[in-house]
Amino acid sequence: MGEYLVEAKNLCKYFQVDRKRTLKAVDHVDIAIRRGETLGLVGESGCGKTTCGRTLLHLYDATSGEIYFDGKEISRLRGKELLEFKHQAQIVFQDPYSSLDPRMTISEIIAEGMDVHLKLSPKEKNERINELLLAVGLTDQFANRFAHELSGGQRQRVGIARALAVDPSFIVCDEPISALDVSIQAQIVNLLIRLQRERGLTYLFISHDLSMVKHISDRVGVMYLGSMVELASSEAIFSAPKHPYTQALISAIPVADFDGEESRKKERLEGEVPSPIDPPPGCRFAPRCRYATDICHKEMPKLEEVERGHLVACHHCLNNHS
Amino acid sequence: MDRILNVENLQVSFHTYAGEVRAVRGVSFELGRGETLAFVGESGCGKTATAKAIMRLWKPPFVEIKSDSVVEYNGEDVMKMDKKRLQSLRGNDISMIFQDPMTSLNPTMTVGKQIMEGLQLHRGLNKAQAREEAINMLRMVKIPVPEKNVDSYPHQLSGGMRQRVMIAMALACQPSILIADEPTTALDVTIQAQVLDLLQELKTQLNTAIILVTHDLGVIANFADRVQVMYAGQVVERGTTKEIFNEAKHPYTWALLNSVPALATENKQELYALKGTPPDLILPLNHCPFAARCEYCMGICREQMPEETTLSGTHKVSCWLEHPNAPKVESFYDRRKK
Repeated sequence: MGEYLVEAKNLCKYFQVDRKRTLKAVDHVDIAIRRGETLGLVGESGCGKTTCGRTLLHLYDATSGEIYFDGKEISRLRGKELLEFKHQAQIVFQDPYSSLDPRMTISEIIAEGMDVHLKLSPKEKNERINELLLAVGLTDQFANRFAHELSGGQRQRVGIARALAVDPSFIVCDEPISALDVSIQAQIVNLLIRLQRERGLTYLFISHDLSMVKHISDRVGVMYLGSMVELASSEAIFSAPKHPYTQALISAIPVADFDGEESRKKERLEGEVPSPIDPPPGCRFAPRCRYATDICHKEMPKLEEVERGHLVACHHCLNNHS
Repeated sequence: MDRILNVENLQVSFHTYAGEVRAVRGVSFELGRGETLAFVGESGCGKTATAKAIMRLWKPPFVEIKSDSVVEYNGEDVMKMDKKRLQSLRGNDISMIFQDPMTSLNPTMTVGKQIMEGLQLHRGLNKAQAREEAINMLRMVKIPVPEKNVDSYPHQLSGGMRQRVMIAMALACQPSILIADEPTTALDVTIQAQVLDLLQELKTQLNTAIILVTHDLGVIANFADRVQVMYAGQVVERGTTKEIFNEAKHPYTWALLNSVPALATENKQELYALKGTPPDLILPLNHCPFAARCEYCMGICREQMPEETTLSGTHKVSCWLEHPNAPKVESFYDRRKK
């Protein structure tokens, strides 16, 4: 067993917009997730976080690059092995309002994956459904209800129970809390942390809520326009970010603390994320970066280790601006 | 304080098949000229219902604003205004930015036309003048190349730009009150920061009072002068931003402050999570609405509605813990220190 459960090398996912133009949603991204850890993935909308998560799960076919799950290259998996991979890797979706089939009861939703992957007798199946409902903080009374009878937080719990139903080892949490109220968010995050402890799960936690990501993740990756610009322990990302984009992103978080607020230095990004369709060569962030020089517009920087466990993709990171 | 808006005992009810939902139950507050007041609370606590009632945007008979509610704009009774005065009030005196910039702009009209509409109607400008003014407004909210973008349709603009257009539209007639209903919820943090900076800048420039409806405490710490915390259609605590963040007294405010992870907290620690759900607003409520979820709940909390206690000129709280006979409890701040 290797150190990493999921490992992607040079992962690319392009979408053909029309004959001439290509949208590079994920562009040469390296990502490696250790067993039992939570890797947070942050960035603005359209930076390729979700595409990256879905490609890792083989929900999208990667354009190029390799993805290893438990040491096996997943694009070569066929038949039984592919089924086994899907059994091991699951997803919790963003919107609990649209990701549950309104015509199915909660127990049917949870059981659907079990029918494919685990051949259980009806009695075992029922027991397992009840067990899962309890594990996510619901009761067996919910089994025969429909999704519309549940609140947002309860639905998201069902979404998590559905993902857990086949006993996966890896779960991609794609913005699992962004559609929920603050107080409910805390409940769901606590639930995810507890389940991870109990079951040794590995998470890829995708979100744009940076303070939540910091809270739940061991390491955090920051994406900008399809490429990974910085990857480090969550402590390091938030206390000593090295990439200018990460620095701007962190300083933009409004902090719910009255005294700290005035003393924090504020860095504002000008403009908006440019289109990922046929981006110019060089560093993706160069047009908005105030440290950009000629080389930034010509050559794409590589993600390199600048400190132990701290990877940054920036030409100017070593002769640092901070 | 130069008072521009006075709301007393505002009550809004929704008539549904299931019964009368009393969404706003006696909300009172004042707003000074150029001041920013934030409404905060969970979904369904009556923040938006209150905000929309101020402009009388609710239509009878399904939504009823109770007759003893008082809303006074600059001393004028909004509840008694006729149709014509109401129309000039909306947009000219009070205007509103909605949460979702994707759906609150008309997709079949250029953004220029949408801004011009208000200008022509309220300020009596002719078409050419209105267009000129629309371009100025777009420049003021920092839309790049306003001369060109004035002819864009909403779908050609990004989310952040659309929200800027909404702001331009709302401020076109220089209202004295701007109601911003979750203005940045649908935006990314970096764009959110830009939009908030812009609002702050325009506020100082035009001396507009802002009512900010949000559930994001971070945005409030950054932006608001005063805060009122709402729960189940009532204001449970109100005070200056500093008082709410540093000296809050209501357990619900503590819970809200507590459920956001501070950037300094230990990772993977259990976050404080409020249990249960807010009360059903169809049912009558004659005790503290928060009692069922409150960890400090006492006998009296389930029997009687607490009175609003005044702690300072600006800081008021509705909680039985403030009663002289109530036991001393360990507050959120005491716990955080440990």
